[in-house]
Amino acid sequence: MPLAVELRGVAFGYRPGQRVLEDVDLELGEGEFLAVAGPNGGGKTTLMRIMLGLERPSEGSALLFGEPAHRYAGGRALGYLAQRSSVGGDAPATVREVVSAGRFASRRLLGRLTGEDRSIVADAIERVGLSAVADTPLRTLSGGMQQRGFIAKALAAQPALLVLDEPTTGVDAESQESLAQLLADLHGELGVTIVYVSHEFGAIERFVQRLVLVRRTIVFDGSPHDLPGVWHDPGHVHAHD
Amino acid sequence: MLTTEFMRLAFAAAAIVGVLAPAVGFFLVQRRQSLIGDGIGHVAFAGVAAGILLDVPPALTALVAAVLGGVAIELLRSRGGAAGDQALALVFYTGIALGVVLVAKAGAFNADLFQYLFGSILTVTRGEVALIAVLGAAGIGTVALLYRAFAAVIVDEEGARVAGVPIGTLNVSLAVLAAVTVALAMPVVGVLLVAALMVLPVSAAGQIAWSMRSTLVLSTAIGLGSALLGLTISYYADLPPSGTIVLVAAGAYLVTLALGAARGR
Repeated sequence: MPLAVELRGVAFGYRPGQRVLEDVDLELGEGEFLAVAGPNGGGKTTLMRIMLGLERPSEGSALLFGEPAHRYAGGRALGYLAQRSSVGGDAPATVREVVSAGRFASRRLLGRLTGEDRSIVADAIERVGLSAVADTPLRTLSGGMQQRGFIAKALAAQPALLVLDEPTTGVDAESQESLAQLLADLHGELGVTIVYVSHEFGAIERFVQRLVLVRRTIVFDGSPHDLPGVWHDPGHVHAHD
Repeated sequence: MLTTEFMRLAFAAAAIVGVLAPAVGFFLVQRRQSLIGDGIGHVAFAGVAAGILLDVPPALTALVAAVLGGVAIELLRSRGGAAGDQALALVFYTGIALGVVLVAKAGAFNADLFQYLFGSILTVTRGEVALIAVLGAAGIGTVALLYRAFAAVIVDEEGARVAGVPIGTLNVSLAVLAAVTVALAMPVVGVLLVAALMVLPVSAAGQIAWSMRSTLVLSTAIGLGSALLGLTISYYADLPPSGTIVLVAAGAYLVTLALGAARGR
């Protein structure tokens, strides 16, 4: 199986001497659906940022589709939903405008949206159930709807790798359920490689094949069913910090 | 009013700057860099002074200084943090201080200097209007070409970075665009009021716009309207054009603020 992500001996600190992550080895095959869990402050978000090339490891190497992640310029699109995404700027960007931004890729720095782009954008908006509010400013919608708007933006890129960092923070149970179903469909129908980061799983748990627990390093990597019982209790994870 | 050549030239220059300044300002405001226009203005002033001292057309030296200053500000700003902020202040104040020293050295504390500080739209020449038209059209064209890239960065910078959008290059392009705008707008409103024309129409549009694109379009419409109306009022009421244009833009902001409030936003 070709690898989407390959981390080898990765260590990272935001300051000299600090270790947010150490000795991280992780291989993620194309088409896998991976859940990443761990305590707050355990390094989950940092791990995602290294995977996507937003941070460079202090030690070790991070490859994205076989290229160094920090200067990845490959043809494969990446979709990223950052933790607590919100619309930048003051202008009232509509759902359609936000999702259209997802169609933008480096290889087309100039120019306008084509008819094909527009229909991909419309499809992405429909997939997340926001068609009725497509021309409403995103920031006037509820937290759950805003999150779905950003997911549509990530989908519009038609990503080969989709990374979602805590996508259900502040989202109601019903939206969590529909997001889980949406991701399962994407994974099943399109074979998108998905990395789903969260400190709680709930709805998503039955869809993921592989779970990685991060607490400065990878402390568990396997099927969620093989997870030792004690790890299901978040208190255990925190107790050892 | 339009029977005289100088008024026709004045209207042409005002119209182009009226559209260009808010079009570029739109991106600065969305990126929370509104004050960069002011900073570049300070540096452009040093350029004007250097031109007077060296007996080179000040419009030209101002353009060069503005572009260099704009790029320097962007490079310092992109370093971020408190150090970046202080570095910005360093460029701002060095620019204005250098201007004062150079102007004194040239013995030019006189009316000539005033026209660069506060604009002198009624004395623009055909050549200057041609330059404003060419560079202005290039600037507006660049804004149109880069709109989607800028929009992607404004909406979600982190997502754009992951998608491979060259954010550094875009930021430098924006700084150059802002610098060219400042240099072109100098004869119209002067270095001290340039930033107002880049920011006020955008703030006004933001009160009543319904999308990102409509904010940009309304900004340029309000900028154009303010420039033409301000110039007209200044002609009939015998007021200084630059100040009148900016006051009209400020008035537009108050009107849209009331409209926005009335709509319950």
